[in-house]
Amino acid sequence: MPEPRTETLTINMGPQHPATHGVLRLLLELEGEVIVGTRPVIGYLHTGFEKEMENRTYHQNIVFPARIEYLATFIEEMAYVTAVEKLLDITPPPRAQVARIILAELSRVASHLVWLGSSAIDVNVSSGFMYCLQDREDILDILEMVSGQRMMHGYYRIGGLHRDLPEGFETRVRQLAEGLAGRVDEYDSLLTDNLIWRKRLEGVAVLTPQTALAYGCTGPILRGSGVNYDVRKAFPYGGYDQFEFDVPLGRNGDAFDRYIIRLEEMRQSRRIVLQALDRLPIGPVRVDDRKISLPPRAELVRSMEAVIHQFKLVSEGLHPPVGEVYAAVESPRGEKGYYVVSDGSNRPSRVRVRAATFNNLQALPAMVYRGFIADVVVAIASLDVVLGDVDR
Amino acid sequence: MSSTGALVALLRERLPDLDFEVTEFRGEVTVVVPAARVLEALRALHGAPGWTPVLTDLTAVDRFPAEPRFEVVYLLTGYSPPVRLRVKARLPGEAPVIASVTGLWPGANWLEREVYDMFGIRFEGHPGLTRILMPDDWEGHPLRKDFPLTEEPVQFNGHTPKVPSAIIPKSPPRR
Repeated sequence: MPEPRTETLTINMGPQHPATHGVLRLLLELEGEVIVGTRPVIGYLHTGFEKEMENRTYHQNIVFPARIEYLATFIEEMAYVTAVEKLLDITPPPRAQVARIILAELSRVASHLVWLGSSAIDVNVSSGFMYCLQDREDILDILEMVSGQRMMHGYYRIGGLHRDLPEGFETRVRQLAEGLAGRVDEYDSLLTDNLIWRKRLEGVAVLTPQTALAYGCTGPILRGSGVNYDVRKAFPYGGYDQFEFDVPLGRNGDAFDRYIIRLEEMRQSRRIVLQALDRLPIGPVRVDDRKISLPPRAELVRSMEAVIHQFKLVSEGLHPPVGEVYAAVESPRGEKGYYVVSDGSNRPSRVRVRAATFNNLQALPAMVYRGFIADVVVAIASLDVVLGDVDR
Repeated sequence: MSSTGALVALLRERLPDLDFEVTEFRGEVTVVVPAARVLEALRALHGAPGWTPVLTDLTAVDRFPAEPRFEVVYLLTGYSPPVRLRVKARLPGEAPVIASVTGLWPGANWLEREVYDMFGIRFEGHPGLTRILMPDDWEGHPLRKDFPLTEEPVQFNGHTPKVPSAIIPKSPPRR
């Protein structure tokens, strides 16, 4: 009888694998069906956004964030403009701030819906995908109504918004928010008590709080392990400190806890949206500083000064003071930060995108250690990776 | 640790012979330490009582053609109470080397690989310093200022084609 084989087997998962949500390659080392080593290989979607942003003006750069991470588009735009606003030391007018919060929370729900739908499909609940994408489409309709585009909006400006919210916006959002509560409950009842769903998720891809902190994980991954850190609460930006919402925390740090947290976050986002609608003030949506934001069109025909300001801003752009800032927002995947270094010219000398998924993905080998191959699919799904964001 | 001020005071107390400068801009505190002693300073901060610092970000800035050319930037965050501190070290343009902090934060592994990949800064003591985002056989380090940006000109009718970054040229600082 031949000797049984004892060496480990190395297999390749990806880069073209449907469960990797993009182009991610994993080198798995197996002992039978048990994983004893994982080496993620990334960089397939690297497009050099940071280099590009160094070679554009501050204003031109607004289009990049939504392309880096294309699921929570308005939150990404907010991250970049918040950083530049901090550099310039300006605060957008109250109407713009509240509008940004409404749009950010709608984006968060849309992003979580894509996550829920795609993780459902990974665990073979393919009907869930269709329901979730339908609901996401309803949200994208509103975002399109506001900005003209479903995804790559380019609607925010440094110091406010491109233009005021369209007529009928409030009614549409209110209608959506009313329906959303029931829909989230429906997903809850469809999946939470589903035996297969629970068996696939419970106790799988466990991450201890210590490991999560050591790898710098943020967002639902960190909160699933029970660490209370939400950028909206810890370092409030854009007026989030005036809103009431809860930060759900997990106990076991497994994929199921992350699922519960994301469901609850959708409900909390709805709560923020409703509060924001109640207090959406009337007023301008851009700062009244001609060195930063374009003059209103009506002024251009009357004032030579306005024409000069318009020309200077369009042909040269704004010049922030020399300095460096880091501004972070809570994206659906965790802390998304922009570190902008200014040398005083009209282009940033360095833009660093701190991607939450980059750090989160690093914890994957720890999550799936001694698990099964089938659990890797669940682990990647529960990480909610956007490979465009990882590779930038 | 309740504030960045307390952290700076602690650093001064633990490493009395460490020569560092503290700057503040828009409420963000930056500590610039000598590159040779950055690991020592970060270890002191890592072990400070009353906070669990997380390495939120590790990146670099290229100040070409100024010298020292590179800055390695560490962003530490304490979650409760919320506090942030930025630690910086300056490196020369010729063969930049700095100590790795993977021993303190395992999460620094990929971040240091990215800085090596993009800027060519070597991290001493790193378990496997290879390229992470660019292909393994890539030549040069893309985020260095002297690495050219490859672009294709945009075609417009009746105009000489321009590369996108030349449409609005870089203008010097005002005043």
